[in-house]
Amino acid sequence: MEKTQNNKAWFLVLPVLLLVAFSAILPLMTVVNYAFNDTFGNNEFFWAGIDWFDEMVHSDRLHEALGRQALFSLIILAIEVPLGIFIALNMPKKGFWASFCLVLMALPLLIPFNVVGTIWQIFGRVDIGLLGHTLAAMGIDYNYTNDPIDAWITVVVMDVWHWTSLVALLAYAGLQSIPQAYYQAAKIDQATRWSVFRYIELPKMKGVLLIAVLLRFMDSFMIYTEPFVVTGGGPGNSTTFLSIDLAKMATGQFDLGPAAAFSIMYFLVILLISWVFYTVMTNLDREENR
Amino acid sequence: MSQITLSNLAHSYLTNPTSDADYALKEMDHVWQDGGAYALLGASGCGKTTLLNIISGLVRPSQGRVLFGDRDVTDAATTERNIAQVFQFPVVYDTMTVRDNLAFPLRNRGMDAGYIAKRVGQIAKMIGMEDILSKKARGLTADAKQKISLGRGMVREDVNAILFDEPLTVIDPHMKWELRTQLKDLHREFGHTMIYVTHDQTEALTFAQKVVVMHEGRVVQMGTPEELFETPAHTFVGYFIGSPGMNLFDAEIAGQEARLGGVSVPLGAGYGQTTGRTQIGIRPDYVTISDQGLPVTVKRVEDVGRHRIVRAEFQGQALNAILAEGMSVPADPRVAFAPGKINVYANDWRVSPQGA
Repeated sequence: MEKTQNNKAWFLVLPVLLLVAFSAILPLMTVVNYAFNDTFGNNEFFWAGIDWFDEMVHSDRLHEALGRQALFSLIILAIEVPLGIFIALNMPKKGFWASFCLVLMALPLLIPFNVVGTIWQIFGRVDIGLLGHTLAAMGIDYNYTNDPIDAWITVVVMDVWHWTSLVALLAYAGLQSIPQAYYQAAKIDQATRWSVFRYIELPKMKGVLLIAVLLRFMDSFMIYTEPFVVTGGGPGNSTTFLSIDLAKMATGQFDLGPAAAFSIMYFLVILLISWVFYTVMTNLDREENR
Repeated sequence: MSQITLSNLAHSYLTNPTSDADYALKEMDHVWQDGGAYALLGASGCGKTTLLNIISGLVRPSQGRVLFGDRDVTDAATTERNIAQVFQFPVVYDTMTVRDNLAFPLRNRGMDAGYIAKRVGQIAKMIGMEDILSKKARGLTADAKQKISLGRGMVREDVNAILFDEPLTVIDPHMKWELRTQLKDLHREFGHTMIYVTHDQTEALTFAQKVVVMHEGRVVQMGTPEELFETPAHTFVGYFIGSPGMNLFDAEIAGQEARLGGVSVPLGAGYGQTTGRTQIGIRPDYVTISDQGLPVTVKRVEDVGRHRIVRAEFQGQALNAILAEGMSVPADPRVAFAPGKINVYANDWRVSPQGA
């Protein structure tokens, strides 16, 4: 059938375009504006070229924050992914306890980020916190406000507490989709528990695990609220991750030019790493199909 | 390899079964001969798969015992029973190559590499996959995957029995014939006990030496294809096997004759007094339509190629008859039943003639 061209349909997209323009594109353009200009207020801008980018690329402060950020993401991925899989494997498959576990697992995910921070901030305090006080009473020298190692442990444990559920729930969904016949066949083939995991469960969970790793990477790479509430980036700069550093620079010191350049690079880095992740993992998939 | 005995076996999926209807499998006592080729035939939901899973040890029966030879395996785990099972839908290890898939059950049992390679080669040849042994299993089509499952089921030579749970459901029709023939050859060659679950009577009758017909959780008959055809033990066997199934008429039995409505039909043998609902059954193959015999109203004639099926009404009850090639329905159609081919049923179970 001959279809008539009617470009009026584009008008229907207009409202969405306007909405996105006001909510995303225009604010982003302001950031771009700040990144390439210098200003002393009064809406007067002086062209700065790529000076801010140049400064940021060579800034030790940014390098250190990036290093801390990478280490943090690496640690929480290394803990949350295996732990999440382990929990999913041991969750009941059906009945009352399955629902119970699901609700229990979902609880940390429902708590607002700053509340999570506050919970752990108080929980870890040596004077009134249950955890801090108990550790002190046991004679363990723990103080997240003075000791960088303790601060790191607190922030990592808090993130594991908050987000392992997400990995576990995704892995659980992957496991639930495996037909019973696979387990029966494995029994008949005398497969060991490890073989069942390696050849049945892991391949079937691969898709959801890819999503879990991507989500956890992006989220942890952008983490702000929780560590900010607990440690404020300290002691010193020891838990100052990229976004905390960025906020300090932009709203603390009012270095809007460098902060804007920083933001753009930050955004591009996340985009790049996520793209690399995704491409590598989907390519692996395709090769196996060959 | 060993004989399989089901002793006093019954199973319910409920924890506290109260009535007969709660049982997926009603009480049964059967012996499956060593080296036999059995087909387990029945409609969906009749308990075939439950019975199969009890034999393989995936389900523990709520009552009775399962014996392999003299050994009681009721509580033995699947791995201890040394059986192979092929499922309805293909189960392959996606990330492994075809070769590794076939070798998997042997490797798990610690066989030596030389033997595994030789055995995998034989099986690959049988299922026609020699040239794609190094391919990953996941990219293959459903029937190729199912062939791998079949191959994996047959790769071990020392199994007590090989169980097939409707394995050819996903296979193309022309491959079905080929694979079924290969299964039969394999059975002849190695003499494994094979139990083949299906709801397709052609599959059951061509594959098995003995067909076990199940109906509503009960084994209603265990016999050769010929026995099932000539003397169905239950009306279900009568109409489930054969195409179309057996004709069944409500009748009254009086000695050597059955009375239907106003006419009487000679039975070819004498019967005693029957109780309950009494029926006579005759295969459409033994019904002759011609101008001699009892009057019948022909409704329609269906041409199925090799022969024609006459759908008719006889004394107010439906009747099917097979019309041989070259024959035609006369203007005043009449029907005759081959004497001695009529079976008598009381409450659905066959009644033996007197003196038999």
